[in-house]
Amino acid sequence: MIKVHNLNKWFGELQALKDINLEVQEREVVVLIGASGSGKSTLLRCLNFLERPEQGRIEFDGREINPARDDLNLLRQEMGMVFQHFNLFPHMTVLGNVIEGPVMVKKMRREKAVAEALKLLEKVGLADKVDAYPCHLSGGQQQRVAIARSLAMHPRVMLFDEPTSALDPELVGEVLAVMKQLAEEGMTMIVVTHEMGFAHEVADRVIFMDDGQIIEMGTPVQIFERPVHRRTRDFLSKVLWGPVRQPEAMGAAKDFFNTSFTAVM
Amino acid sequence: MNFFQYLFDSVHFFLRAALLTVELTAAALIIGTVIGLIFSLMKISRRKPLSYISDVYITVIRGTPLIVQLFVIYFGLASVVDFGSFWSAVIALAIHNGAYIAEIFRAGIQSIDRGQMEAARSLGMNYNLAMRRIILPQVFKRIIPLLGNQFIIGLKDSSMAAFVTVPELFGVSMQLASNHFAELQFYSIAGLYYLALVLLFTLLVNWLERRLQVEKIQ
Repeated sequence: MIKVHNLNKWFGELQALKDINLEVQEREVVVLIGASGSGKSTLLRCLNFLERPEQGRIEFDGREINPARDDLNLLRQEMGMVFQHFNLFPHMTVLGNVIEGPVMVKKMRREKAVAEALKLLEKVGLADKVDAYPCHLSGGQQQRVAIARSLAMHPRVMLFDEPTSALDPELVGEVLAVMKQLAEEGMTMIVVTHEMGFAHEVADRVIFMDDGQIIEMGTPVQIFERPVHRRTRDFLSKVLWGPVRQPEAMGAAKDFFNTSFTAVM
Repeated sequence: MNFFQYLFDSVHFFLRAALLTVELTAAALIIGTVIGLIFSLMKISRRKPLSYISDVYITVIRGTPLIVQLFVIYFGLASVVDFGSFWSAVIALAIHNGAYIAEIFRAGIQSIDRGQMEAARSLGMNYNLAMRRIILPQVFKRIIPLLGNQFIIGLKDSSMAAFVTVPELFGVSMQLASNHFAELQFYSIAGLYYLALVLLFTLLVNWLERRLQVEKIQ
């Protein structure tokens, strides 16, 4: 459904993406992991042209996107995007946020947009917050509204850019639950996240990026339990503590505790 | 005659002049705000010529005195086009305040988080729609104190119109002062009327600010 060929992106001198090749199938859930600065958010933002790549081709539905000629606004209607900082419109109510796209962009009748919005808000568990303003919601609630706002455009792909990174730990779960439900309904999703548990459980494919390159991709089991590349193993040993067994990390922890005990005794 | 006698006896002159001051200021600031908005959007535009034109306008207008601009329009252009004294003053004040208001709008637009534009664009909105529906409503709310400040300056600067024969507050006070040889009294009275107008306007701005605060910005 989405094909990326030899994508290169620079920020001044810094090359943020190096020869990225990637294909995402319909109904697939792809999770991008990697350290900050590894280029995963930039890659995601190139897909809907919030960032313009200097080189490379992006195909959507077998058609190459040419940002100079094609109407990017039409492309973006097909690709919902959820941001780290939610970016809800603060001067509009929750309902206003969700119907804004359908009414103003798709020219949908207001009553129809409202009816759909109410269904979406119920789906993300916020039916009682319809008339609230974003500033009166918790981070988790705001992010769920943001997801509903994107879904209101009936996108064929959803892009998530670190959707839980700005949330208090106790609010992460409610957002991940909505995303998991979405994945189960068959939505095509590309997710940049540090939530390894989510990646392990929900992803069809995990991509590890480092230094602007795709280092390794595979099923969650391949990436988390049998990573091939040293850089993948290093990264995982840094971020993983509990849920997945990672021999090196376990080893390191064991060593640490042994030394401590020896020192104490 | 003492000060209060002058004050009461001149009420009907000054009230009529105050009305003219309000009309002059209102017309100038409404036009000035439109000019300011247009030039601020030009200044942040990616199209270089537009941004350049806006730069020149702001630099020239902010860099020259209002009285010079007023005289250029009223006396200087008299041979080409005669706007009359009132509309000359309105145009000069509008152009003058427009430059400052353009900078207020620009600062306001640039103070809105980049994510707002990105969220709007990612819904498929084009730039203009995103500006109109998402960015500018937030900007207006944010710049009300700054606009209020500029409007107060504009109100007081409208006194310059006296020098192109507009019989507004200051013009009337000059007239009365010289007729009655009572400069201290009549210029003080003019000051009082300006003060009263500024206070009324400040109340209006405060009320507006409070009302819009109901939907708080994040």
